[in-house]
Amino acid sequence: MFDRRRMLKSAGGMALGFSGLAIAGSPLKAFAAETVTLPFANGERKLVQYPGKRPLIQLTARPPQLETPFSVFDEGVLTPNDAFFVRYHLAGVPLSIDPAAYRIEVKGKVDNPLSLSLDDLKKMDAVELVAVHQCSGNSRGFVDPRVAGGQLANGAMGNAKWKGVPLKAVLDKAGVQAGAVQVSFDGLDKPVIPATPDFVKALEIDHARDGEVMLAYQMNGEDLPWLNGFPVRLVVPGRFGTYWVKHLATITVLDQPFDGFWMKSAYRIPDNDCACVEAGQKPDKTKPIGRFNVRSFVTNVLDGAKMKAGDAELRGIAFDGGTGIKSVETSVDGGKTWAPARLGEDLGKYSFRQWTSKATLPSGEATIMVRATSNGGETQPTSARWNPPGYMRNAVEATRVTAA
Amino acid sequence: MRHFTIALGLVGVLAAGAASAEPKTYQLPDETAEFKQGPGVEAAQDNCMSCHSADYINAQPPKKGRAFWEMEVTKMIHTYKAPIEETDAKAIVDYLEKTY
Repeated sequence: MFDRRRMLKSAGGMALGFSGLAIAGSPLKAFAAETVTLPFANGERKLVQYPGKRPLIQLTARPPQLETPFSVFDEGVLTPNDAFFVRYHLAGVPLSIDPAAYRIEVKGKVDNPLSLSLDDLKKMDAVELVAVHQCSGNSRGFVDPRVAGGQLANGAMGNAKWKGVPLKAVLDKAGVQAGAVQVSFDGLDKPVIPATPDFVKALEIDHARDGEVMLAYQMNGEDLPWLNGFPVRLVVPGRFGTYWVKHLATITVLDQPFDGFWMKSAYRIPDNDCACVEAGQKPDKTKPIGRFNVRSFVTNVLDGAKMKAGDAELRGIAFDGGTGIKSVETSVDGGKTWAPARLGEDLGKYSFRQWTSKATLPSGEATIMVRATSNGGETQPTSARWNPPGYMRNAVEATRVTAA
Repeated sequence: MRHFTIALGLVGVLAAGAASAEPKTYQLPDETAEFKQGPGVEAAQDNCMSCHSADYINAQPPKKGRAFWEMEVTKMIHTYKAPIEETDAKAIVDYLEKTY
């Protein structure tokens, strides 16, 4: 059964308990893995292959929500398009898009309303940026006490090189009028019944014009995968995935704050420094979720792994909401002592930062931990914070191993 | 052999040309999740599955109790505007509480 110790034990990034998916080298590996068991109660999931994707962990079928198996994050600093996680809110997923007829409307408080084709966008000066995309509810399955929502392990995140046009350039072309306060974004995905609130998100006007928010038409050098927002999605560097509207169709400049359900009522966090409340309590005041908090993961050691005692090399990833990673430390004694890790190539302040660390594992059971600090001075907390929707989990991850 | 390769290449170009003038389509795999059997399962099947698959329920934490499921069903009706009759709503909550 799942007790608290098991929960903690399993909180590590590699903590996927694979059933059917065998450990490397095992003959079982030859069989196509059909289910995985994520390390929390009721964590059994099917591995399902969607067109353009490799088998991914299916959280839900309609609308589709697919999680990246954690081993993918050890493959490289960029998350392959066919392994990138998928999250829709509404089951009206567009299943037919004509790239020649596709248009992005820019309207509202602008001098020149626009109707941009893909060709129009691609003729504009392109920018490229490596940025992490992460679901607000990534790791929700580890939240204790458990909360309602998508029960994800740590695979609702990914890092990609995005290519597209700055939103600022598009807004400048349209000519934002005085008095504009926000910009809202709607995609082609729609609710099943018209009364359900359509998925529309908004950004403050200054944020929308910061030059970094992007209308991306490429991901890792290819067209966007269908389920990641083909042909154009919003990329909001350093911000949680809820703002990264897929199949972008309409951009509206507003002179009033947007008051749609997905801003006003959903995706809100406690309005305090920790974005947290005591477990089980309700916050007095909330605000829209914003930047990622700092996180780090070991990617090359599985929870429950048997390792050789003595010298070991650990490696993994760290990221934050856009100040960049200052340092990563690892511990192999459950957090009593920490050693600095060596940071890998810097692909920009919004990217995963790879790290490596040499450790000496004593014989017996050991708990490997990793802790990152951002350039902004934020360090991961030792124990997890809690909020009602289960957002922004970023506690120090622990991976239990046995060394001999 | 060389001739064969060129011919294949041409087919490729034609296919690509034809594809670009038409909508691209995507096919989602079949949905397989089902509600757990239990008293009242029909009310859940008849209502919940109009908008989402059963795995939305199946993946939730186990044994969360009546208040948890009442909140979820209320959210579906009031927030997402699911047209669920009051008697059905109660039947669904009863079913979810007992079965999940």
